[in-house]
Amino acid sequence: MKINRQDFPLLNQKINGQQLIYFDNAATSQKPSAVIKSLKYYYENNNANVHRGIYSLSERATSQYEASRDKVKGFINAKHREEIIFTRGTTESINWVAQSYGLANVKKDDEIVISIMEHHANILPWQQLAKQVGAKLKYIYLNDDFTLDMVDAKNKITSATKIVAITQASNVLGVINPIKTLSKLAHDNGAVIVVDGAQSVPHMLVNVVDLDADFFAFSAHKMMGPTGIGVLYGKRDLLETMTPLELGGEMIEYVTEQSATFQSLPWRFEAGTPNIAGAVGLGAAIDYIQLVGMSNISTYESELTKYALTKLKVIKGIQIYGPRNEDQANIISFKLSGVHAHDVATALDQEGIAVRAGHHCAQPLMQYLNIKSTVRVSIASYNTKAEIDQLVTVLKGIQDYFQYDFT
Amino acid sequence: MTLHNLDNLYRQAVMEHAKYPHHHAPVTEKDKHQIQKFNPTCGDMISLAVTVDDDRIIDCHFDGDGCAIAIASCSMMTDIMIGKTISQSQELMRMFSAMTMGENINFDAIGEAQLLAGVTKFPTRIKCATLSWHALDDLLAHY
Repeated sequence: MKINRQDFPLLNQKINGQQLIYFDNAATSQKPSAVIKSLKYYYENNNANVHRGIYSLSERATSQYEASRDKVKGFINAKHREEIIFTRGTTESINWVAQSYGLANVKKDDEIVISIMEHHANILPWQQLAKQVGAKLKYIYLNDDFTLDMVDAKNKITSATKIVAITQASNVLGVINPIKTLSKLAHDNGAVIVVDGAQSVPHMLVNVVDLDADFFAFSAHKMMGPTGIGVLYGKRDLLETMTPLELGGEMIEYVTEQSATFQSLPWRFEAGTPNIAGAVGLGAAIDYIQLVGMSNISTYESELTKYALTKLKVIKGIQIYGPRNEDQANIISFKLSGVHAHDVATALDQEGIAVRAGHHCAQPLMQYLNIKSTVRVSIASYNTKAEIDQLVTVLKGIQDYFQYDFT
Repeated sequence: MTLHNLDNLYRQAVMEHAKYPHHHAPVTEKDKHQIQKFNPTCGDMISLAVTVDDDRIIDCHFDGDGCAIAIASCSMMTDIMIGKTISQSQELMRMFSAMTMGENINFDAIGEAQLLAGVTKFPTRIKCATLSWHALDDLLAHY
């Protein structure tokens, strides 16, 4: 089944007098009516606090919240429902792993290995942890085609490595990393692997068991769900050993003046009233994606990305930062010669085209590539070839404008 | 295509400054009074150096990487600041800032920088225009 653009009410509007063309999907996706309605329905019919009330309404809210956990479990093919912890998003998920599992298991002179293509959310928690415990933070660098240098990976991941943290899909380059191979490398060396799935989960089938990921983080808002909710998946035996970072209501078993025992998984990690509506909305997003079919979404997005690459790469003076191959994710970063990325983005905006320009929260990658900023086009399943054609036309117009057209 | 809307922002003189910026020279260790300013949303960075003699700015130059608006604005700023006293320059900075907020000012006082008034129609770009002016403000505050 193909996605129906009409399911996304936001897309039907004009920006600066032009039909909106939304190409900033890697920042956040737009939401189908089914998700928006699920939030409204929840607040109008089922809203109560979860895991507390004896009354029927509270039971209804609880069962909806927990039903979403089961949907997430199925969506990423986890073995157990208690391996799914609701968080605020990818950033919080990774921070929790660093400050709970990381702080307990990484000691002085141990090593943490990440890649140079990471988003700041998968750099700063490890940079901070390394400073706290006196560990070493090492980076895996790239091949000439911007893919991860697996020879370098084999050199960097050693018996001194305690944590490997890698994104499954780069938010700048569109590179998809070989997580399964990296998991094996990490495990062979006695390390755990933490996978940033923020850019992969919305666009491809993910199977955390097959990937053999120890921890896996993603956000709802990039996969047609609401903002403010995300997931931390962790293998049960690892989560069992972890101390919760947040303490308070809902996560306890019994509290006395001087001591407390905690709930079992997953609730131990969900202190305070959680984002119940957000979880319900995430559940609705998963339902929507599964109705369309993730493999249909992936296939169509790959086709659009391939089409965009073919059209973009013949623009004179364009430089594309990415592998530009069959396995490329839905993200294309580029520079136009002679026009700064910011000026390109402002000009595109005049034509109703929304893109991201800047460092994409990946400044170490920018430094490594010796660039300051790129324009990023990120494609979703509701985009069309006609929109890509319009993008290409306007980019050519921008080049002409910045070369000749001053009044 | 309606790219002509951009003419409000990218005036010819603005683009001349962006392509051939004035007082664009390396900021080095020799520059005793210098500052780096970042635009965290895009990663743009400008290094600015000033020399003040007897309360008067006798040199102001910069380098760095930025969009057309950031570079042009900095170039125009250096043009009008050289020769001004510190209090005069502070008044000009106040006026420029007011202009980017859409206020009416004595436009001629800020020279060619008045051509950047169009930035008020592009709210996401105001930070680009004001980056170097904030840098100078900070630099003079610690002079």
